[in-house]
Amino acid sequence: MSQNTSTSQNSLLARARWTWWEVLLWALALASPLLLSSHALIINEIAIVALFALSLDLILGFTGIVSLGHAAFFGMGAYSAALFAKLVLPDPLVGLLVGMGTAGLLGALCSATILRGTDLTRLMVTLGVGLILMELANKLDWLTGGADGLQGVVMGPLLGQFEFDLSGRVAAWYSLMVLLIVFVIARRFVNSPFGATLKAIRDNRLRAMAIGISVNSRLAVVYTVAATLAGAAGALLAQTTGFASLDVFEFHRSADVMLILVIGGVGWLYGGVAGAIVFKLMQDAISSITPQYWTFWIGLFLVVLVLVGRERLIRPWTWFGKGKKGGTV
Amino acid sequence: MLTILFDGIAYGMLLFILAVGLAVTMGLMNFINLAHGAFAMVGGYITVLLMQKWGVPFLVCLPLAFMGSALLGAVLERTLYRPLYNKPHLDQVLFSIGLTFMAVATADYCIGSSQQIVQLPEWLKGRTEMGEGAWMLGMGHYRLFIIAVCAALTVGLQYVLTQTRFGSRLRAAVDDQRVAAGLGINVNWVFLGTFAVGSGLAGLGGALGAEVLGLDPSFPLKFMIYFLIVVAVGGTSSITGPLLAALLLGIADVAGKYYIPKLGGFIVYSLMIAILVWKPHGLFVRKGGK
Repeated sequence: MSQNTSTSQNSLLARARWTWWEVLLWALALASPLLLSSHALIINEIAIVALFALSLDLILGFTGIVSLGHAAFFGMGAYSAALFAKLVLPDPLVGLLVGMGTAGLLGALCSATILRGTDLTRLMVTLGVGLILMELANKLDWLTGGADGLQGVVMGPLLGQFEFDLSGRVAAWYSLMVLLIVFVIARRFVNSPFGATLKAIRDNRLRAMAIGISVNSRLAVVYTVAATLAGAAGALLAQTTGFASLDVFEFHRSADVMLILVIGGVGWLYGGVAGAIVFKLMQDAISSITPQYWTFWIGLFLVVLVLVGRERLIRPWTWFGKGKKGGTV
Repeated sequence: MLTILFDGIAYGMLLFILAVGLAVTMGLMNFINLAHGAFAMVGGYITVLLMQKWGVPFLVCLPLAFMGSALLGAVLERTLYRPLYNKPHLDQVLFSIGLTFMAVATADYCIGSSQQIVQLPEWLKGRTEMGEGAWMLGMGHYRLFIIAVCAALTVGLQYVLTQTRFGSRLRAAVDDQRVAAGLGINVNWVFLGTFAVGSGLAGLGGALGAEVLGLDPSFPLKFMIYFLIVVAVGGTSSITGPLLAALLLGIADVAGKYYIPKLGGFIVYSLMIAILVWKPHGLFVRKGGK
């Protein structure tokens, strides 16, 4: 019996431990702006999108809340970071914290709206929050610049010494470092007992309630945390591009980040990162061929992905041999 | 003021016709279909193209728009939608977003991104005014026409749902799919028929609404939220719920845009969130259903 507990304990702990390939992966990621210095801009974008997808994964993959309005928090982070830099202090790190703070606050407020109801209700409410924020950013043009976007954001040097350069190398490192830190924290978070209760809620809400998990407070906390991280991603985007426009609230952004997460795999922290790399490279390739009709290919991809089966598309070894499917998935 | 009320009712009726198919398919199959607006767009484009290219009269276009969208709906239901009925909601959302994106890009590619204009026949263009001052009622003939058509359709739908054999089968399938199948109702056929009619109604709504709502390739995305509001607020168990929700939405939207244009869609969205937080299953829920 005691041996049994220790093996299951070990297997749980093993999942939380860092393996050699992860360390290698992160080392490569951090070296990439130097190795591929001409692609630093896209590396920066990938890191930001990966962070955004990671935050969605916390609520979608680990808690099972289907949200179509995650861009609301992304945009909140972007606008507040940009406004803070423009009006108060151009320091990036403080701006990042401000962006995270406001987005987290918004998330805490909105978490009250997602506790009840069905998937459809949640979809509608999250979508509605995104649209309201977009309307606000559009109408409050004295503050946000309205449809023209918020221009003239000048960022100060990072940590007081690294200026953001045109090639985007500092920006890429900045985003990658933030991504790494958030990733480490998120990893602790989902592997903690708290994370285990989230998965219990995702798998069966009623049973989770029956064994004494206070479902509502868990949902509120995880929604706030996810909103904070999405705010960080938005703040990074605004700071590294020096610009915030209505585009950050667009429905497209919420749908894209969902697609990214689904490409990489839901409920797996590396899913967001892998999805971001594949998605951004794909977008780069396809939109250089047909810039206008890129959404068609995204749409086709989504339809095929769902019809083939999400689990099977990202695990090519299950394509053949139906008999083994139950074992591998 | 009465004019605004009148316009709001016309708008609401139009939204109801556009969304009623969605309400039925959602209630029936528990399928979150974000691509419903695409069928409305197809109906709108059928009308516009037939009128521009071949000079088909407007009134002939309307049934054609209905049939075209219904046919498309039936084909898609049979080939793409059916395997997804038992999948998780995330899959359904992804699938229907993908379908919407494809529809938007396809319309853009084939027809162009510009706004399409419907040439109304002469007898629908005028406007009648009654009363005076604050109580003046100005009725656009076209809006009157929309209200008449939609009211007739609503009565017809209500009749089919409550009085006919198909209606009772449909209600049985909505309440409990398995028991209905066990009683010998061919649920698949009921689903297919309902989906096709729902898509057809959306197409008809798109054709009627092309003049009022505007028609361009981004139509499915722009109005997706409105259809969903009608369904989520109205509930999916009857057609009176969505009808009332659509009227409420139409009047609130027109009045909001007229009196406080600065706020835009703000009122409608806040109202929706407030209602959904208060009553997560919609305003009009029938007891005893699934």
